[in-house]
Amino acid sequence: MYPHPEVAAFVRTHFVPVRLHIKDHKEEYQRVGALLNVQWTPTILIVDPPASERHRIEGFLPVDDFLSQLKLGLAKTGFARGQYADAEREYREIVERYPNTEAAPEAQYWAGVARYKATGDATALRDTAKRFTDRYKDSSWAKKASVWAA
Amino acid sequence: MPDKQLIEWLHDYDAAVAQAQRTNKPVLIDFTAAPM
Repeated sequence: MYPHPEVAAFVRTHFVPVRLHIKDHKEEYQRVGALLNVQWTPTILIVDPPASERHRIEGFLPVDDFLSQLKLGLAKTGFARGQYADAEREYREIVERYPNTEAAPEAQYWAGVARYKATGDATALRDTAKRFTDRYKDSSWAKKASVWAA
Repeated sequence: MPDKQLIEWLHDYDAAVAQAQRTNKPVLIDFTAAPM
């Protein structure tokens, strides 16, 4: 995944990258793995320092799925920091650029929540529920958003 | 000059946390068993 130029560029731009190999960095792998409850490889974590987990990816993913998950982690980080407008933009970009990934319906849900958090306007939640009647209507995120329908 | 296409991975979590705090970026940690 990382040799892909778009993945490498995204990682370099947005994250401080750490790689801990189960054998080559055994002590650090065990220490940090225990701190962050890592049970399997590959596990990719996005963490706000010192140890607040924002997103977890377990197992291999193709490039578009991986990029969409990295972007989801970045959006979740912004959301957790209270940067709701930035988070909403990141979430909506996931839906636009990676519409066929598992990240997309989750991003559509959280884009609405981020808009609501930024504005206090419940219309953002009703609009999100409507979007799920057109797109991703069979997803678990559509069920979660259904409570917002007018 | 490092290859701009590559990721310069750290292997020390505490150093990464310090860098993340300086740069306001989150840390991405890859726990791997793949050949390096």
